[in-house]
Amino acid sequence: MQNISRADIEDFLFAEAELLDEWRLPEWLELFTEDAIYYVPSTDVAPDSSPDKNLFYVADDRFRLSERVKRLMKRTAHAEFPHSRTRHLVSNVRIRGRSDSELEVGSAFITYRTKDGMTDTYFGSNRYRIVVEDGRLRIKEKRCLLDSEGLRTQGRVSIIL
Amino acid sequence: MNARERMNTALMVDESKQIFKVSRQAFVDPDILAAERSRIFDKCWLYLGHSSEVPKPGDFVTRQVGGRNILFARDAKRTLRAMLNTCPHRGAQVCREKHGSAKSFQCFYHGWVFGLDGGLRSQPGEASYAPDFKERSTSNMQQVARFEGYRDFNFICFDKNAESLETYLGAVKEYLDIIADQAEAGMTIVGGTQEYSMRANWKLLTENSIDGYHALTTHATYFDYLKATNGGLAPVPLEGAARDLGNGHAVLEYKAPWGRPVAQWVPMWGEDGKKEVDRLYQGLVARHGEERARRIALFNRNLFVFPNLVVNDIMAVTVRTYYPVAPDFMNVSAWALAPKDETDWARKYRLFNFLEFLGPGGFATPDDVEALEQCQRGFRNSAEAQWNDISKGMGKEVPAYDDELQMRAFWSNWNKRVFQASI
Repeated sequence: MQNISRADIEDFLFAEAELLDEWRLPEWLELFTEDAIYYVPSTDVAPDSSPDKNLFYVADDRFRLSERVKRLMKRTAHAEFPHSRTRHLVSNVRIRGRSDSELEVGSAFITYRTKDGMTDTYFGSNRYRIVVEDGRLRIKEKRCLLDSEGLRTQGRVSIIL
Repeated sequence: MNARERMNTALMVDESKQIFKVSRQAFVDPDILAAERSRIFDKCWLYLGHSSEVPKPGDFVTRQVGGRNILFARDAKRTLRAMLNTCPHRGAQVCREKHGSAKSFQCFYHGWVFGLDGGLRSQPGEASYAPDFKERSTSNMQQVARFEGYRDFNFICFDKNAESLETYLGAVKEYLDIIADQAEAGMTIVGGTQEYSMRANWKLLTENSIDGYHALTTHATYFDYLKATNGGLAPVPLEGAARDLGNGHAVLEYKAPWGRPVAQWVPMWGEDGKKEVDRLYQGLVARHGEERARRIALFNRNLFVFPNLVVNDIMAVTVRTYYPVAPDFMNVSAWALAPKDETDWARKYRLFNFLEFLGPGGFATPDDVEALEQCQRGFRNSAEAQWNDISKGMGKEVPAYDDELQMRAFWSNWNKRVFQASI
């Protein structure tokens, strides 16, 4: 992991954002390891809280994340049919920690979602744990920390942040 | 003449023809919302919070209830308090944190300090005030007119002449008992609040919360998901009944194939889970007998307490309340309720279960939000397309969980309060 630069990580996160914005969710899912987790904690708990003890908005293991992707690609996922348009902006990328096997990465995000004439803004920070598998970067954990007070006024997180 | 004066009812009802319709004006008209504020939210008992949210002296939470800012605290004598969160001096909000623990509350504007019971303790420049100033009740933070609890569910009411909470709840109490009796050591709110909103009228969420009819279509992807989980579902058909509990309250009680951490096992939980669920069930039988244990463990309940509290005892237990901001906008707050003494395993799967279905990031609630917002959009046509139909199951002896008796119970009481209450 010693030779991975911030630019490598930025390219990876920008590519992730593009897959989400183009609704290529099955490809997006392939960025994650088989034991990956994807969390969106409630905004009144500590950032490093566990979903085993606290109520979150989203706490997916890899299985449930794959089911989330399957769901979102169906016409019967009514909240996202027709798909909303989104733009995931990624910035302030930093490598916060580095071990032999893993990188700890922080970034800031703003994501816009437009549907039915309404635009919602989601903003906050993402904390990633990133590993290398088969010579490629893979996400082991993505923890999305919303800066807003709950989901007022967005109302839902029916997209992936 | 405003809309409420023009109308004397929002309902079109003919039992003999099985007609029950609700005017869509009730969802869009600012005059109706004004009437709801004064005739429902200023008169009814409203959910404030659960006792477990403020377990120790000095613990507090602040929240908006019925349009007011309320400070919910436990004082030094362990007594629960519900105070209007406003300084008696010049009106500023005294406590500005969402939750925490305090020895006293201080208004930052002029520095007045209040005890945990709201009593004025000190203020800068005391010598300039009348000698008996601190003894006057008007110098203290004001208590909400009425504040009562039942089985750790605490309610407030802004009408000092209202009937008691127990009388108001009536038949609801039995259902709160069933929920509270799930755990020997009592129930607790588990950390983390889901706060969200919907661009829809608040009454649409009332209907949706007790609507069994929409489940299979709106939540098709949730049932797809359940089938995809390891081993899938419990061998239980989705069936049950709806009941009108009086005073506008209603409940759905039914069996369903998803896992219930209180004691309906599903294959996903494995052999360890089976042992744990058996143990929980045997505990219920020992404490409550076989019949009541079955009711507690195997039946789901969507309980609606008029006007804006929903306690869902389904794949987890949720407590949810909501309040209108505008005719087409509401704020929602939701919490998870769980046995105080449950094992780490049970707590983990309870919360996992919760998020499968519930909340604004779950596999179901976002679709409810979408449905309600689409109704609100449809109401833009209400000048021409004027009526909602709520007649499903009229004329049946025992309406099913997916009939609409429970909505009719809500609407009848809503109509009585908005149009027939004396001013």
